[in-house]
Amino acid sequence: MANDEVASRAAVSPRTRPGRRADAARHVDKDRLTLDWYQDKIVQVVVFLGGISAIVFIIGIFLFITREGFSFVVEKLEITEFFTSIRWQPTSEHRPTYNILAMIAGTASVTGLAMVVAIPFSLGAAIYISEFARGKTREALKVLVELLAAIPSVVWGFIGLSLMNPLIIELFDVPVGLNVLNAGIILGLMAAPIMTSIAEDALKAVPDGYREAAEAMGATRWQVVVKVVLPAARNGLLAAVLLGVGRGFGETMAVLMATGHSINIPDSIFDSVRALTATIAAELGETAVGSDHYQALFTIGIFLFVVTFTINLLADLVVRGVRKG
Amino acid sequence: MVGAAQPRVAMEANPAKLEVRGLSVFYGKTAALREVNLRIRENEIFGIIGPSNAGKTSFLKAINRMDDFTAGMKVEGQVLFDGKDVRQWRNVYALRRRIGVVFPLPVGLPLSIYENVAFAPKLSGIKRKSELDGIVEWCLARAALWDEVKDRLHSLGSLLSGGQQQRLTIARALSQDPEVLMLDEFSIAVDPVTTMRIEDVLKELRREMTIILVTNLVQQARRLADRTAFFLDGSCVEVGETKDLFSGNARSTRTADFISGRFG
Repeated sequence: MANDEVASRAAVSPRTRPGRRADAARHVDKDRLTLDWYQDKIVQVVVFLGGISAIVFIIGIFLFITREGFSFVVEKLEITEFFTSIRWQPTSEHRPTYNILAMIAGTASVTGLAMVVAIPFSLGAAIYISEFARGKTREALKVLVELLAAIPSVVWGFIGLSLMNPLIIELFDVPVGLNVLNAGIILGLMAAPIMTSIAEDALKAVPDGYREAAEAMGATRWQVVVKVVLPAARNGLLAAVLLGVGRGFGETMAVLMATGHSINIPDSIFDSVRALTATIAAELGETAVGSDHYQALFTIGIFLFVVTFTINLLADLVVRGVRKG
Repeated sequence: MVGAAQPRVAMEANPAKLEVRGLSVFYGKTAALREVNLRIRENEIFGIIGPSNAGKTSFLKAINRMDDFTAGMKVEGQVLFDGKDVRQWRNVYALRRRIGVVFPLPVGLPLSIYENVAFAPKLSGIKRKSELDGIVEWCLARAALWDEVKDRLHSLGSLLSGGQQQRLTIARALSQDPEVLMLDEFSIAVDPVTTMRIEDVLKELRREMTIILVTNLVQQARRLADRTAFFLDGSCVEVGETKDLFSGNARSTRTADFISGRFG
């Protein structure tokens, strides 16, 4: 029956495709460089230039900050002391010192606490959005998360300064509310939306077939999430966390406003600290170009560049791991 | 018109559309295909059968130079398309436009049904709506899909069922008006009734193009192919007239065993 149908249709329709090309004959040279071939080559060159320019800019920025800090690093800097002494006294009259241990401790403690806050929030939100929420709830949540990610960091700093500060003083009965706790929470809330977004992408990339296969064996939703989806998305989730760390490390304004900005190695989360980035932001405007102080700030810049570059590279390698297996 | 029907009897005299000489394919250091020599004639259906990992798909990939985007794939030997080595082609896109491919699992482009089929004609510069309409209808009708989709040509191609999507990819392959049509186990995702309809279409199409049919269904090769090659472990064990192979005249016992279902 089916055969008759095809046969009858074949009889009415023309045998060759309409608008068939005229050069199908074998003696015609078909290997011509057509207009779209040239177009393709030109676009390849343009795209190549675009790609190269990103690399050129990165190298350019690196060269610039290195050049500004270079003579200081080579001639005056005691590398060991730079990383192991807490003394940062750039304005001292008789012996200015430039050592960053306290700032490293400040940045690390704030970033660490921020991750403690952000990881459960962001992973929880990502799992809820991707695995449990349905329909409108899901769409609304996704928009909200994007919206949260767009809040400027100075607004977060303002919240830390005027809302969290009195709240912490009141709740924990401490003299100062601008401390590791305050900055950590603020930074955690700032990093969470971006981490949620990336983590949700990672979860969404897990094929539905995996979920169906596990559900067909009687696994509950939660068992599917824990035993199938999370392991499959492991690398993407790790990349989300690493990018969050990178964000925390590089964040400046909110941290400057919420940490208390005092040089100090923290004993508890109620101590005020100072971050590497905040130091540059606060002091660079007041230094003479080319002075030791100026160059010391650029040296911090080099250090930050190397650290964030490493974190991003790590995240990239982790994501590559996803694609391979 | 060019490429008009050839009488079936004259087929033996048809010139070679593709000539494969000493073709080997490597993935890293492992050889997927070793020293294959074949001649595929114009306007024949050339069947390739064999168990999995026999190198059938690698063979197809080497013909239209898909190795360009398969990392680690290396091709040695020659594939002559109308007498010219495909590796000598400067414009590889022009080459691929003359060779249609249907993959085992349907890959619908994220476009409407209409745009899926009009994609290749538009690439080749056809702009007039009436002409495109004609091509789309012709191709969909040829792929036995027109009646099912004519009322929703502008809905997404990826919303069709698996079997319909496979027929859509066949329509798409036809839309580029290929001189060679390569089908790689097209019936995996298609039901038997539709498979039979597509097979009838292929018999028709033989008059206009050369068809290479890689299939895991031995009986499909028997029904369709003029000549059949048996691939095993990366080598071409035997090539012969299909009716000879299936009437117990296979030269190799491996071929006879595979055809009769003793292994594979």
